[in-house]
Amino acid sequence: MTSIEISRVRPARTPRRSGPRSTLTRSSGIGLGIAMIWFSALVLIPLACVVVTAIDGGWEAFWSAITNGQTIAAIKLTVFTALGVTAVNVVMGPLIAWVLVRDRFWGKSVLEVLIDIPFALPTIVAGLVLLSLYGNADSPLGVDIANSRPAVFLAFLFVTLPFVVRMVQPVLEELDQDVEEAAASLGASRFTTFRRVVLPSLAPAIAAGAALSFARGVSEYGSLVLLSGNLPFQTEVTSVRILSSIENDNVAAAAAVATVLLMISLAVIVLLDVIQRRVAARG
Amino acid sequence: MSIEVSGLNKKFGDFVALDDVNVSIPTGRLTALLGPSGGGKSTLLRIIAGLEKADTGSVTIEGVEATHLPAQKRNVGFVFQHYAVFKHMTVAKNVAFGLEIRKKSKAEVAARVDELLALVHLSQFAHRLPSQLSGGQRQRMALARALAVEPSVLLLDEPFGALDAKVRKELREWLRRLHDEVHVTTIFVTHDQEEALEVADEIVVINEGRVEQVGTPDQLYDDPANDFVMSFLGEVTHLAGTAVRPHDIDVATSPLFAGAVEGTVARMVRVGFEVRLVVLTVAGEEVSVVLTRTHARSLGIEEGATVWLTVTAGATVVPSMRPSLAG
Repeated sequence: MTSIEISRVRPARTPRRSGPRSTLTRSSGIGLGIAMIWFSALVLIPLACVVVTAIDGGWEAFWSAITNGQTIAAIKLTVFTALGVTAVNVVMGPLIAWVLVRDRFWGKSVLEVLIDIPFALPTIVAGLVLLSLYGNADSPLGVDIANSRPAVFLAFLFVTLPFVVRMVQPVLEELDQDVEEAAASLGASRFTTFRRVVLPSLAPAIAAGAALSFARGVSEYGSLVLLSGNLPFQTEVTSVRILSSIENDNVAAAAAVATVLLMISLAVIVLLDVIQRRVAARG
Repeated sequence: MSIEVSGLNKKFGDFVALDDVNVSIPTGRLTALLGPSGGGKSTLLRIIAGLEKADTGSVTIEGVEATHLPAQKRNVGFVFQHYAVFKHMTVAKNVAFGLEIRKKSKAEVAARVDELLALVHLSQFAHRLPSQLSGGQRQRMALARALAVEPSVLLLDEPFGALDAKVRKELREWLRRLHDEVHVTTIFVTHDQEEALEVADEIVVINEGRVEQVGTPDQLYDDPANDFVMSFLGEVTHLAGTAVRPHDIDVATSPLFAGAVEGTVARMVRVGFEVRLVVLTVAGEEVSVVLTRTHARSLGIEEGATVWLTVTAGATVVPSMRPSLAG
């Protein structure tokens, strides 16, 4: 965190050079090479292939694939649900982290472990769990949201729960309480202390958690296929839409949708970074 | 009196941090709370600041009953051992924090921040982040931040404890000079007797949750209330049931004076201009004695020699609390 802050300040004091000066030695050069090959083989080249496949059939095909009504409905549902879930996580995540770090209570260590269950559980099992509680006629809670949009929201919430919590927790642990006491002795109310002192320190972690949570939401498949029913125009998410395109032998359409998702995800991650810098710099 | 503390008790579980503490802190002075670690002095300071709640007892600050006031309302400046800087704010923003909370106008805040940064010699660092400052600079910034709100009292909790010896010495001299300029009632906690003796107008010695003695550095050194205060403010040895400073013992090579204690020199160490002896008395006491090199040479003292010890006339002595065998 500190390094981020320093690097942000530096350009203001020293004039920007024409380009970053390389600090590579022979061994770190080899390291960089291996890292790039690894990254390319796993991420960059496959991503490029998807984009190439998407525009292979020409602009017309690409455009018609992504302007297909069912596709647009799926993208809208996925993106808006993921955004909504991320917003919830941004509030609930720090809250849960706060309880885990600052409070002492019976069963805390158990809760600590339970938080990670959405990580550890195969997502299809998660879907099964949710279905049994919230998605059938004889649900013990009397809640039946199967085959509806709230089901998608719920599934996203379940799988993204740990991200913000786990990002914020270590930062909160590192935060000195005497900083809060200093703010209090200077006359700051608890709310002001939180807003101006605690929150800016947590912002990078919250943003990182939010980015992960959004990305996970957009890509979610397993946990909601059972619960949401995959009804076109209703509860069909993009990952399901992509799969059905492929099953219908329309790889180009699948790739087109994937490309759009990729761009939306990138945009959201960049946006979160900008917001994070704003919050961290305020105070 | 600026701060009146009466009947203060505080327990953490079974541990008694403060045991019926009554202290008056004079206005405009620099007072040290001195004592060993875990003796309750930081707890007392935190209770005065409102960062900790006392179990019983009351605190009055400048005539205002403050026992149940939250920290935000006490108008005290607090400086922490580990600086407690706001990491994401510049030095100027840190100092401005309390003023912005008080909704001062922008111009007023800027002027006051400039003035304070000049006072703590950090003007050229106004736009740096705290992470770009040294420990001593961070602590000066923390001090400026605490002073910004014009507190009725300034409380410093081991303010130089995290700094290395050289910076610590510089800063405490600087704090003394700063106090002579600003005159705000100041209390600082320290476990370093040299720091307290050098800087404070008045010292409150605290041990095991109780106030052992209150007085000026001279009073405490020359007229300690008990064995503990005496041993905490300097070296102490025990001779014939009294506690006395090792340099306040006269050594003779023959039984010249009535009441002289006979013993043999068990160890003799020379450190620079002084000679340190450990004398084993016939009663089995181990007594430390400090002589000048010249004096020791003129007496012709060696290890194994028989000597007679008396307490120098006019020396500070208090009855020994410990069993007489202890060194």
